[in-house]
Amino acid sequence: MNDSVSQHGTAAIRVPLSNVQPLSPARRAWLRFKTNRRGYVSLWIFMVLFILSLCAEILSNDKPILVYYQDSFYFPIIKSYPETAFGGDFETEADYNDAYLKDRLTQAGNWVWYAPNRYSYDTINFATEHPNPAPPSAQNFLGTDDRGRDVLARLIYGFRLSVLFALALTVVATAIGIIAGALQGYLGGRFDLFSQRVIEVWGSMPELYLLIIFSSIFQPSVLLLIVLLALFGWMGLADYVRAEFLRGRNMDYVKAARALGVSNRAIMLRHLLPNSMVSVITFLPFRISGSILALTSLDFLGLGVPPTTPSLGELLAQGKDNIDAWWLSMTTFGVLVSTLVLLIFIGEAVREALDARRG
Amino acid sequence: MRALLSIENLSIRFGDADKNNEVVHGISFQMGAGEKLALVGESGSGKSVTALSILNLHDRHHVSYPSGAIYFQGRDLLKCDQRTLRGIRGKDIAMIFQEPMTALNPVYTIGQQLIEPLMVHEGMGKTMARQRMLELLDRTGIPEPHKRFDAYPHMLSGGQRQRVMIAMALACSPKLLIADEPTTALDVTIQLQILNLLEDLQRDFSMAVLMITHDLNMVRRFADRICVMQHGHLVEQATVNDLFAAPQHPYTRFLLDSEPTRLLADETAARMATRPVLMQAHKLKCVFPIKAGFFRHTIGEVKAVDNVDLTVRQGETLGIVGESGSGKSTLGMCLLRLQECTGEIVFDGQRLDTVGSRQLRLLRRNFQVVFQDPYSSLSPRMTVEQIIGEGLQIHFPALTKAQRRERIVKVLGEVDLSGDMLSRYPHEFSGGQRQRIAIARVVVLEPKLILLDEPTSALDVSVQKQVLELLRGFQVSHGLSYLFITHDLKVIRAMAHRVLVMRGGSVVEAGDTEQLFTAPCHEYTQTLLHASLFNGKIK
Repeated sequence: MNDSVSQHGTAAIRVPLSNVQPLSPARRAWLRFKTNRRGYVSLWIFMVLFILSLCAEILSNDKPILVYYQDSFYFPIIKSYPETAFGGDFETEADYNDAYLKDRLTQAGNWVWYAPNRYSYDTINFATEHPNPAPPSAQNFLGTDDRGRDVLARLIYGFRLSVLFALALTVVATAIGIIAGALQGYLGGRFDLFSQRVIEVWGSMPELYLLIIFSSIFQPSVLLLIVLLALFGWMGLADYVRAEFLRGRNMDYVKAARALGVSNRAIMLRHLLPNSMVSVITFLPFRISGSILALTSLDFLGLGVPPTTPSLGELLAQGKDNIDAWWLSMTTFGVLVSTLVLLIFIGEAVREALDARRG
Repeated sequence: MRALLSIENLSIRFGDADKNNEVVHGISFQMGAGEKLALVGESGSGKSVTALSILNLHDRHHVSYPSGAIYFQGRDLLKCDQRTLRGIRGKDIAMIFQEPMTALNPVYTIGQQLIEPLMVHEGMGKTMARQRMLELLDRTGIPEPHKRFDAYPHMLSGGQRQRVMIAMALACSPKLLIADEPTTALDVTIQLQILNLLEDLQRDFSMAVLMITHDLNMVRRFADRICVMQHGHLVEQATVNDLFAAPQHPYTRFLLDSEPTRLLADETAARMATRPVLMQAHKLKCVFPIKAGFFRHTIGEVKAVDNVDLTVRQGETLGIVGESGSGKSTLGMCLLRLQECTGEIVFDGQRLDTVGSRQLRLLRRNFQVVFQDPYSSLSPRMTVEQIIGEGLQIHFPALTKAQRRERIVKVLGEVDLSGDMLSRYPHEFSGGQRQRIAIARVVVLEPKLILLDEPTSALDVSVQKQVLELLRGFQVSHGLSYLFITHDLKVIRAMAHRVLVMRGGSVVEAGDTEQLFTAPCHEYTQTLLHASLFNGKIK
């Protein structure tokens, strides 16, 4: 059956539909992406790891997920209960790793459902038998850092923070880059000339010094880092978008749109932007991996996020200070390298997928 | 006489064997020494692929030869190793390409590129090679070859570059010259010069020439024998006289019939003169400043359009002819206010040159444009429905989505495309179909005037005729006026009521088409006519 009758208001038009579904350029790119096994598998692994890390509170937490105590349920993961609620002595929040409390919670029909890893990123394990940093043991699968915090917990939370940070930074910097590049490329002329000079001046500012200065003026925070890095990160992309718009501006289909009476805004959004997204999308995975690396190196230097925040860079710095505690440096190195490698494999596949010459 | 080149049952395949992607299917032909053979066909017929396989210039990973052999002087070129082939390329068989702009490496002087084949194949020293190439350059008609020798490719014009390419090809006195559309990218007057040059050189060097082209007219003038190709099959092979006098194969007859014929049956000049004026331009001028120095001050100017006056009447086609750089496209863009200019433009009683940009956008519905290249004039990321619907959205905002679709389907029918193409993307269409979509995009707005900027130049001759007939049909049924810009005088003769001939930004001659073609007054018009409308052999 090839024909179908479609009803449109009062008029019925026969629109014969062929069996072959027409593929949009984006859909064909996705099919090409899938043929690259390495990139496709990398994307899956990365997505699974990322989604798991989003559930870090369930995977790795010093508060149990569910407590059944004296015929009622408690949800420590969402709500904080004082120790007195479980028959303790203090009004402070319950420490569920405390031996006395553990004992009470498992007696007489009470039970506890702990998270798979019983530490949060800032839980200090006072019960370890070794001096900190403690090597891997049954208590701490990947050992502890020099303040007695569980390395596995810090890696999970640190990975999540790195990826979220990188995504936010990429989105902000890409948005600024696209807007700046699009305006320069489309308007051209004096505006372009002026913006180019501004970019040159801005780009020659010493980024690292500014970061040092700002981190001494303001309270260091993740938001401040995103703002600062985004202020300097948009320029590279703006150049590419500008070039694409400059090229596209003279294409016949843009002239045709102008001849149709399409407004400048619509030309930029509907005609030029979709056609210059190829370079933008190609850069995305590489930008994300670059952002992760930037955050890690700033943390390594101590210019990044505040000290309690779980961060891969801070773990690496600890690994450098405690060179014989191999579990610090090797595990962080492993996480960092596999993240970057996965992103680069994805990036390569995206680049190949968007290469229209591959049919 | 033993054949110089003999192709036997040659098949060529792209990509993997399992897919059905054979592009040339078992063709055979022979060439004698000193013979001029033409391989004619439309795009996709496999003519260039065949020519490239003679020199084995295909990418070995993508192209394979399921059957056949190419014997050159008794040796099978397909079985030769790369080393032997390198010895033959440029020495015994040379090739010139269509696009002289990209066939020369821009970072070397033409001299460096010219002496290379001599040094490689003949082992000549630099001075001797230079001496010999200077003689050859002189022979190809380049003025002051000493000065040009150390010039970079961008300093030469297109015609001069093609001459350099020819000199380079002739360096080692090849026995066979393969010319792949050698004149297609050039202006008509230059085309004639290059063709004459090739003919002289062919005689002097007594080499064989394999000419690959889509232009039957040119072949008639140049070749001894013609092979016609269609969809990878060699459908007919005959001498020039036989083929033109009595074409055997239906496809050959079809090609010969595709030459555009005059489509304006009964609309005489006198009758057209009574129609109301639609557009009038007075003292139109468009100047591009030449800027130099640190502060970019203007040191001169290029007059792209210089004091042009014109009138277009309702239902009339005004042809604008000229070679590249004559300002004909710029004039068109100026008239539609797509390019800044000075001068007075009146359209349908309204001044276009003074109207504000917001109001101009609303007026744009009335004057539309169709571009030359159907590949770049449709946005690759929009569906056919979006492309055609965009103008409707702007100029008929009251339409509902269903009404809009109804109009789109109707206009697709008018350009002989079916309504099931609505959700397809431009890349799924052939060049001719794309041009129909581009025409549908403007016709759907029911404009009064359409600027046609070389609308058929990128199309095959057979498709060209169909598109011209389609356009003429719209003119009759909708009473459209056309501004028809082209370099192709045959097309102009078929379509235009009146013609403007442009050169260097100004109009050199204007008048009724038939009158201008039969009795051109200006010297330039005569040259243009002579160069483009050669019928039969002019010796």
